[in-house]
Amino acid sequence: MTLSRTDDGTTTLAAPAPAGAPPALRFGDAWGYAPSPEATDHVKLRPRYDLFVGGAFRAPRSGRYFDTHSPSTEKKLAEVAEADEADVDAAVTAARGAFESVWSKLPGLERGKYLYRLARRLQEKAREFAIVETLDGGKPIKESRDVDVPLAAAHFFYYAGWADKLAYAAPGAQPRPLGVAAQVIPWNFPLLMAAWKIAPALACGNTVVLKSAETTPLSAYLLAQLCQEIDLPEGVVNIVSGAGKTGAALVRHPGVDKVAFTGSTAVGKEIQKALAGSRKRLTLELGGKAANIIFADAPLDQAVEGVINGIFFNQGHVCCAGSRLLVEESILPALVRKLKDRMATLRVGDPLDKNTDVGAINSRAQLERIRELVASGESEGAERFSAPCSLPERGYWFAPTIFTGVSTSHRIAREEIFGPVLSVLTFRTPDEAIEKANNTFYGLSAGVWTDKGAKFLWASKRLRAGVVWGNTFNKFDPASPFGGYKESGFGREGGRSGLLPYLEVRP
Amino acid sequence: MTLAPWSGAPAASPPLPLRSPSVDQVTVDERAAALGRRSLKRDAKIAGLRLAVRMCDLTTLEGKDTPERVRSLCAKARLPLERDPSVGPVAAVCVYPNLVPTAVRCLAGSGVHIASVATAFPSGQSPLEVKLDDVRRAVGFGADEIDMVIDRGAMLAGDYAKVFDEIARTKEACGSAHLKVILETGELGSYDVVRHASDIAMAAGADFIKTSTGKITPAATPAVTLVMLEAIRDFYYATGRPIGMKPAGGIRTAKQALHYLVLVKETLGDDWLTPDRFRFGASALVNDILMQLEKERTGAYQGVDYFSKD
Repeated sequence: MTLSRTDDGTTTLAAPAPAGAPPALRFGDAWGYAPSPEATDHVKLRPRYDLFVGGAFRAPRSGRYFDTHSPSTEKKLAEVAEADEADVDAAVTAARGAFESVWSKLPGLERGKYLYRLARRLQEKAREFAIVETLDGGKPIKESRDVDVPLAAAHFFYYAGWADKLAYAAPGAQPRPLGVAAQVIPWNFPLLMAAWKIAPALACGNTVVLKSAETTPLSAYLLAQLCQEIDLPEGVVNIVSGAGKTGAALVRHPGVDKVAFTGSTAVGKEIQKALAGSRKRLTLELGGKAANIIFADAPLDQAVEGVINGIFFNQGHVCCAGSRLLVEESILPALVRKLKDRMATLRVGDPLDKNTDVGAINSRAQLERIRELVASGESEGAERFSAPCSLPERGYWFAPTIFTGVSTSHRIAREEIFGPVLSVLTFRTPDEAIEKANNTFYGLSAGVWTDKGAKFLWASKRLRAGVVWGNTFNKFDPASPFGGYKESGFGREGGRSGLLPYLEVRP
Repeated sequence: MTLAPWSGAPAASPPLPLRSPSVDQVTVDERAAALGRRSLKRDAKIAGLRLAVRMCDLTTLEGKDTPERVRSLCAKARLPLERDPSVGPVAAVCVYPNLVPTAVRCLAGSGVHIASVATAFPSGQSPLEVKLDDVRRAVGFGADEIDMVIDRGAMLAGDYAKVFDEIARTKEACGSAHLKVILETGELGSYDVVRHASDIAMAAGADFIKTSTGKITPAATPAVTLVMLEAIRDFYYATGRPIGMKPAGGIRTAKQALHYLVLVKETLGDDWLTPDRFRFGASALVNDILMQLEKERTGAYQGVDYFSKD
């Protein structure tokens, strides 16, 4: 406060707070951070990426290419081959050949060595991978640098260690590889999902055909380059790109022994129908509408960090995002106030800027979906608050948003938005919290914030979700199994559990 | 100091918080570390460092302190970088009570505040009357800021009323001088106790809360500072009264100083980015900041002997 003198000679306080107005914090630019863009000049993208089949980049038999764009600038980054049925067939044939002739015969110790090399090479090229992941997907460089790439390397390291110890993964069951795995991955964590899929499959002695997502195909092809650099035997890893049609051709191919899919629940259901009655093994990791439960005894400031991380990490493009906040009613005003102040500090914008907290929405289609659901939240009567940030003119952007006054029947409380939009609901008793948390057709993850260990254990036993985080959120580790209940899918990735979907075990 | 001093007697003070919100150590440590990864390029760095100089409480608290030493420190406080008068001055000089008269003479008209440690600094293990007398004498010598220590023994023994009463009595003894309450977080053992001590200090009348005496390791850390900033935020939400923050001890580099400024900016916002509400208690920090500022200005690092030792 500063004393100042007015014209009539009286002394007043400058900018006095109006009587009764609550004290407010100001998050402006009294001291601003200058732009701090990550240098990209050392990253050389090819103008065109061909399919990676049998250890070499090959022009697609389809003859077709599609463009991949940066969602933050809408600029074209490269063109990418579109695989048709003939291309998929060639890839599966290459994978089958590598499985029969090389990979299944290689001792686990030797397979492990290749995976260790891949992990180390990925670490060496971490910066390049982080930049490409951010360019192609729109996520903040600090996330691709500190989360996506290190975790991807960690998955290769982790499963490299299992390759010669599979007998201990299924004791007495003589585990054997399945054959060729068809793997279809989403656009939210392109490199990390490729690592989650490829690492356990290869450790178990399978070969793979991986289809990258239509809007984010680049990092998978960079991974293909790494496979060449470490002299991975030809055909062990094959990578194709394309849209839904390519994926459908891959999972339906008769030469495939196992299908692993991460993506939307709708597509997951189609795949399950298509595979019904076939010999193919299937694991699905689908959508989510995770409850993040905050009890009144929780460490509130840290819970707010967990809420922010739970819903705004990767622009909310996270299947396990904490998109339904369940708050004990007695602390609702305090929590919402803190949440809004915290949102005012979020830095939304250029994903390549090292200080950016929230990047671009992955695609125009996804932005439209977010807008549609947010409009439904408004028309159904929930109260919207969006972070006071300015958004760039070009590219796909959505300001971090929370809805209060949300009812369990609202669409924004039931449907997966897959964007930076949080629905805040309340509960009165612990039983009600669990009941509301489980009242969803999803069940991928949940969070519990409390100061009491007993309350956390009580809640975690009752929550029907594959992962339950206690006083944290969105924590991932290769040793920890990840997967869903109900329409969030089945099968687990990560840990010892993540090996079993890729192994034939004698009961 | 432009903050309106809080003049309430203990009887008029907010009720003593018997419990404070719990603090989750893992998340606090992560958040504090994450804010240390903000990337501050040229302009932001220069502006931040120039602000940090003005937030410094230039400190000497040694048994061997002499009037000559304090005179030298005061000259540095007025004009930290002799070849660029636009840098500084620092916020305050912080000395023992016996050296306050020297500081008063040297800093007359400079706008630099005179802070004195008191209350049987650094241990605080003396009778209350002795501590209050210490405060009154320091104020009488001309100190306009008093840095007191809490009774950590009472805090850890659960005698919160004693901690509260001592702070409130010290505040009375300060008169118009501003009171900074040192929690000595390195002796409190957990963030929960730090949070509780912060709440007690603010309720009892602190104008600033401060981490450390500088005599104990660990002293200030970004995480413990974050815990205290969050306590200040909750107190401000509840009362509208803004409390200042002073991390002290172990802050030696410009990079560390910027990390603390980021914590302040993203926890309490613009209104706390001022020497009235945020201070660094440091002795070696200023020269490292000056070295970085000169590097930004000239493009080259200069040797340590190109900066005056205070």
